[in-house]
Amino acid sequence: MNRRDSIKALGLTAISTSVLIDACKPSETKTGTSTPEETTKEAGREHWEIERDKELHSETFFTSHEMATITVLADIIIPKDDVSGSASDAKVPEFIEFIVKDIPEHKIPMRGGLKWLDLQCLNRYQKPFVEASAKEQIAMIDEIAYPQKAKPEMKPGVTFFNRMRNLTASGFYTSKIGVKDIGYAGNAPNQWQGVPDEVLKQYGMQDVKI
Amino acid sequence: MSEFQIKKSPTVYDAIVVGSGAGGGMAAYVLANAGQKVLMLEAGQYFDPKLDAHQLKWPWESPRRGAGTVRPFGDFDASYGGWELDGEPYTKKDKTEFEWFRSRMLGGRTNHWGRISLRMGPHDFKCKDGLTDDWPITYDDLKPFYDKVDRMIGIYGTVEGLENEPDGIFMKPPKPRLNELFIKKGAEKAGVKVITGRGAVLTESIKGNNDRAPCFYCGQCGRSCKVYGDFSASSCLVIPAVKTGNLTVITDAMVREVITDKDGTAKGVSYVNRRDLQEYQVNARLVILGASACESARILLNSKSPQHPAGLANSSGVVGKYLHDSTGASVSGFLPQLMDRKRYNEDGVGSVHIYSPWWLDNKKLNFPRGYHIEYGGGMGMPSYGFGSGVPVMNGMVPDRNGKMKDAGGYGASLKDDYRRFYGTGVGMAGRGTAIARADNYCEIDPDVVDKYGIPVLRFHYKWAQEEINQAKHMQETFLSIMKEMGAVVTSKIQGRETNYGLEAPGKIIHEVGTIRMGDDPKKSALNKYCQAHDCKNLFVVDAAPFVQQGDKNATWTILALSMRTAEYILAQKKKQNI
Repeated sequence: MNRRDSIKALGLTAISTSVLIDACKPSETKTGTSTPEETTKEAGREHWEIERDKELHSETFFTSHEMATITVLADIIIPKDDVSGSASDAKVPEFIEFIVKDIPEHKIPMRGGLKWLDLQCLNRYQKPFVEASAKEQIAMIDEIAYPQKAKPEMKPGVTFFNRMRNLTASGFYTSKIGVKDIGYAGNAPNQWQGVPDEVLKQYGMQDVKI
Repeated sequence: MSEFQIKKSPTVYDAIVVGSGAGGGMAAYVLANAGQKVLMLEAGQYFDPKLDAHQLKWPWESPRRGAGTVRPFGDFDASYGGWELDGEPYTKKDKTEFEWFRSRMLGGRTNHWGRISLRMGPHDFKCKDGLTDDWPITYDDLKPFYDKVDRMIGIYGTVEGLENEPDGIFMKPPKPRLNELFIKKGAEKAGVKVITGRGAVLTESIKGNNDRAPCFYCGQCGRSCKVYGDFSASSCLVIPAVKTGNLTVITDAMVREVITDKDGTAKGVSYVNRRDLQEYQVNARLVILGASACESARILLNSKSPQHPAGLANSSGVVGKYLHDSTGASVSGFLPQLMDRKRYNEDGVGSVHIYSPWWLDNKKLNFPRGYHIEYGGGMGMPSYGFGSGVPVMNGMVPDRNGKMKDAGGYGASLKDDYRRFYGTGVGMAGRGTAIARADNYCEIDPDVVDKYGIPVLRFHYKWAQEEINQAKHMQETFLSIMKEMGAVVTSKIQGRETNYGLEAPGKIIHEVGTIRMGDDPKKSALNKYCQAHDCKNLFVVDAAPFVQQGDKNATWTILALSMRTAEYILAQKKKQNI
């Protein structure tokens, strides 16, 4: 079988390859996770996996207040910049809602962490985190965003923020917006020719042979 | 009349093959192509990589973004199964550890394996240190079959002429990635040899094979390949064998036991269908087990009869004993030199581009045998867990302005850090020889059955000091390579309290040795053709016959042994010996 046949075997014609590659390119216009309906039709899945996904999609874990807090936090962690949109543009809060149901070990630390944060803000600002001013929110986050210099009494907040930050990064960089931002250039049929010459030169690796 | 009855098929096949992985697949392929009527029983469901692979999917096509929640190696991994199967427990004895990975699907674990395809060497069959039993065969006995497997299935690599790392018939290898060049340089400074990897991926087409296409370098072999560009037993053996018209495959057939006649010979197999939960019995002139080392041992131990009171093929008492998995330990970190690196597609192949074969002389070491090193890293596809190291690493190296800053953070500067650190990762893992010992074993748990009523396996496995010493040596080697290449280590530094990061037995998924071969029927279950000493029409073709595994991954040897056994069966049939 040659390369053309292999492209055919992938269900593509030579002409449609470029269409596929374009279609596979991350685009900021479409984001989101696959819907349960799509999953039902999916080949290569065991029945119980499909049923499990359906069930998870039908449940709601976070309250609207918790989701609002998650959204503010996610956008503080990954804001919009010159390169790409924010965490909420990439539907990170929706991903977090799903993943805590999928990996239930996240549930209590997330719920409890959000509550801890609200109580801190109530004591400081007499209002929950989402209702605090942007300045107040950042002052709060500064106390829990740097594990090595955080005060011991902030430890629960540090632990929570570590988890929140990691879930935000997971959700963002696995979205179309995030994959484009980070510059992952693969996942497409190609001929791997090794490290480009200019990169070999940049690192002085021209003469390294395996 | 009771509804509970065993459905018996009147057909008598030439052979029944239990299991559709590398061993079962190869035996069925050889026999079916020689005109034998073969019935294959697979405990899992049908799987064809062409239809079922999650190849070329993007992370957002998984609601869990590729997390390993339902599949241990990620949501796109080509394995139905895992460390735990619903309703199919296994137990452990004396507070020892063993982790058992089972894939329940056509092709078994070969759909997702790493495609690292190493031959065992002459000293792996006949040891120089006298510490373990020799195989009843030599490398030279198996070499012609390794050669045939290379030609038939396809493997890339380079001819190196190493004494105990035999060369094969290789296709051109993939070029190294950038981090692999750093590894090569660093490892050489640390005195560790690095050579081109050897993998079961088609970097060229196979003449005359129109079913399989060459690799198109997505690096996703673990998801299995829609164009059959790598080796899976499903795509390369079972599905082609079905096309001969001589192989019938029954999926969802969970085998209980091998049925024997009054004279002790095997006459068939009983199984429960996982879908309708009905009981079936099928008959054949030969029974070939390829259910995986532990599952085949389980079937034999559960096949008790007046002629075989200790279980079939077990008059020696060795079935289940000498279980051994490869040792494994690892280190990971990042290369600060690669921060802000240029982006390009470096997916390459889904097997290893480079590796280090064992390079030292044991005379000066406090452990026997050795290990090889597999390497990883680079600009991979983001998935769940992406970037979790960044808020730690950003406190370990200077920022853009050359200043140290506090680890962690948020906002624009953290977002910039995620970009800066992308593709800087580097890691290495050792895979070493564990010594086959009679007191590392699986046996039938007398108290526990699975949901089909089949008695389950109970494991007893302890690492010995030699293996712990080997893991310590791995850690020291890895740290010295990391240092020489200028990498920063981010993984936990492992010490005595964690056995130097030595993984629990079973975790490397190279378990072998439970139905060992040998010339002496008192000390082995199978002869040198993997034929049971006690039952001439019973054969085992998975990794169970291994006497002693080298540090090489088992699959290529399973394929060669199974092909050899299948050819032996054909020759014996011709002579009417079986």
